[in-house]
Amino acid sequence: MNEAAAPAQTGPSFSEPLRRFLTAARSAGVRISSAESIDAMRAVDVIGFSDRTALRDSLSLVVAKSLEEKQIFDDCFDLYFQRSDFDRPKEPGWRQPPDADDGDENDQNGAEGQSGGPNAGNGIGGGKGGGNVAGDKLAAMLLADDRAALAQAMETAAEQIGLNKISFFTQTNLYTRRILERMGVRPVEREIEALRKDGGNPATSRADRLEAGRERLRDQVRDFVERHLALFAKGENEKYREEFLKQARLSNMDRRDLDRMRVIVRDIAKKLAEKYGRNRKKKNRGQLDTRKTIRRNMAWDSIPFITVWKQKKIDKPKVMVLCDVSGSVAAMSQFLLMFLYSMNEALSNIRSFAFAGNLIEISDILEHEQIEPAIAKILQQIGFGSSNYGNALLDFEEAYFPAVDSKTTVIILGDGRGNYNDPRTDIVMRLSERAKRLIWLNPEYRSSWGTGDSDMPRYSPYCHVATVCNTVRHLENVVTDLLKGSR
Amino acid sequence: MTAETDVLLGSIDAVGQGLESVGYIANRQISTAVYLSNHLQKPILVEGPAGVGKTELAKSLATYLKLPLIRMQCYEGLDESKALYEWKYGKQLLYTQILKDKLGQLFGLTETIEQALEKLHGFSDVFFSHHFLEPRPLLRALQQEKGAVLLIDEIDKSDQEFEAFLLEILSDYQVTIPEIGVVEAVTAPIVFLTSNSMRDLGDALKRRCLHLHIGFPDAKLEARIIDTRVPGIDQKLRIQLVSFVQQLRALELKKLPSVSETIDWARVLVLLHAGVLQPDMVRDTLNVLLKFESDIEAAGKQIDGMTHKARREAGLVE
Repeated sequence: MNEAAAPAQTGPSFSEPLRRFLTAARSAGVRISSAESIDAMRAVDVIGFSDRTALRDSLSLVVAKSLEEKQIFDDCFDLYFQRSDFDRPKEPGWRQPPDADDGDENDQNGAEGQSGGPNAGNGIGGGKGGGNVAGDKLAAMLLADDRAALAQAMETAAEQIGLNKISFFTQTNLYTRRILERMGVRPVEREIEALRKDGGNPATSRADRLEAGRERLRDQVRDFVERHLALFAKGENEKYREEFLKQARLSNMDRRDLDRMRVIVRDIAKKLAEKYGRNRKKKNRGQLDTRKTIRRNMAWDSIPFITVWKQKKIDKPKVMVLCDVSGSVAAMSQFLLMFLYSMNEALSNIRSFAFAGNLIEISDILEHEQIEPAIAKILQQIGFGSSNYGNALLDFEEAYFPAVDSKTTVIILGDGRGNYNDPRTDIVMRLSERAKRLIWLNPEYRSSWGTGDSDMPRYSPYCHVATVCNTVRHLENVVTDLLKGSR
Repeated sequence: MTAETDVLLGSIDAVGQGLESVGYIANRQISTAVYLSNHLQKPILVEGPAGVGKTELAKSLATYLKLPLIRMQCYEGLDESKALYEWKYGKQLLYTQILKDKLGQLFGLTETIEQALEKLHGFSDVFFSHHFLEPRPLLRALQQEKGAVLLIDEIDKSDQEFEAFLLEILSDYQVTIPEIGVVEAVTAPIVFLTSNSMRDLGDALKRRCLHLHIGFPDAKLEARIIDTRVPGIDQKLRIQLVSFVQQLRALELKKLPSVSETIDWARVLVLLHAGVLQPDMVRDTLNVLLKFESDIEAAGKQIDGMTHKARREAGLVE
């Protein structure tokens, strides 16, 4: 398919409702490229709008490219096309005016009319400024309870006042009022007032009917605006919230945000792993491996039909993480571990250790269990005691020093507050000499390093990097550095 | 696509019925996917847990359309010489030797090197030509006269580079061989890619495909599948069996039993002449359904309750 030329050809059949639906799906979080929208249009050409299940299935096939996206897509589809159920009366005892006995049929037409899109614009709200004319027509529609026409008028009015720009929940009232005014509700209200003043029997009855109609219309418009908000603005709000969460201090994280946070961390980790995990083997590049080439071509008298190249392997960083799991650092440790384990594709070997008073290796636990229960288990085993850095470092030196080599990056995550115990900076020095890099992540702000029992200024000279790390943003930067540094 | 294929895949319902006629019970989404794939000329990327019938779908479609199924199993290290084409080195070698022998005859009359070169340019370059080309699955799929069903199995097991290499064939049904040029499909094949989500596939690949997710079937569909795959199974046993497996899937297990496992289990039960699900018998045969020791242990505790519920659904217990 020629993608560049396609949009031009498709102009006429690219229907408005489909375009708007794709916009809605996009803002709900489904990634849709322009090529995919063209495919969606082609699929609709083949399937048509009449069979809704088939329409949903086929759009889902074309547009949503993962299980999560499919779920979002289905919700979005239902929400969007639910709009057609515009005006089914909510109270069961609703009186049908005699002149609207074909109302149900109109209702159906209204539903189909969704696909009419812009053509529906000939409705009532179209007359700009013609407030009185609009008002008369609106009154007529309200009295006749002409639902299809009302729906059309509402859609048109919504488009004219730019409902698409709605982005916050608090704007619902404002937009509802604007739509109503555009539909000509003011003159109707004036008429009701006048009729009430008049006071005659037929006048009061007309006023009653008008008022009931207006109330119903207001509910419907409000409903419509709310749905619109859910459809088009949800994505924006989520984005905003995620941005906020990425910069929030992890130790202050709200419990209800933790789940969302985990998803964010996993997403970032996946992206990084994809970026740095690929191209691990480079074939067909570099120097010719003569020995292997001759061997490989023995069968053909060593005439080199197949060439063998020296394979170049990009070595993945070997990482050892020492996590302080006492008190406030625990939250941070949890996210760092989650981060590292989510991207084991890009790392060759992670060994992790947890310490408070003493140090234990936790790689096994993390490998065999899901990360969340594992972390809870670790914290139970060792956690929340008062930390003793000197002790923990000694444990590490005695048991695991041989495993540290010149390819290993050691990350220590902790606040460096050793409760006035011997900090054993000598071990940190030896560690720093042995390892490729020593990174110290401290969740405290730099200004409080060295205050009270903090040994941070004593440790930091021996670290290749000593930095503040207390948001997901920071974590992302650290891990990116780690991966880049390995090249 | 040929006209014949178009007729066989004329509507969504026709696809569903056609697949059923060769023993594959497809839900509505699957039929829609196959129908659209034919009409939009797009490959289908099928994802889902192991054993739900991803590969089977391609096989059944090939049977239904009476087209050859060309299957390519992906694995790490798969490259174009195994997937697309390979030169017939042996034959090329022979050719060079024949050439050596004939050289004297050919160039005997020429006096200078320039003349010899001139003469050499005159020969067509047969060394890298279709004569010496050994087609591998992808190229073979493009060369089929009447089209084919091409199954690229477990694409997630291959390297990322290989994915990029597939893009050309997926979007344009053609491949470029540097020495020869572009080879276009005689008849565009119907392409299936399957993935177990071992790793995330690239966006470029996903964008070119229809994305079909096959999950575990619901009780109704599973019952129909069992009916077609295990003919002669007792109705009541089938109800119990499906109910039991559906309950099993609600547990938290490492590996949930798939359709293929349900079918296997149904066959086992038929062999054992079972009419009613008895807890002991279920316990003995549970290893057909569950493949991890820890899963069997976890499920084992709840067998009594689950078999009871299954029997109740079949109307065997009040």
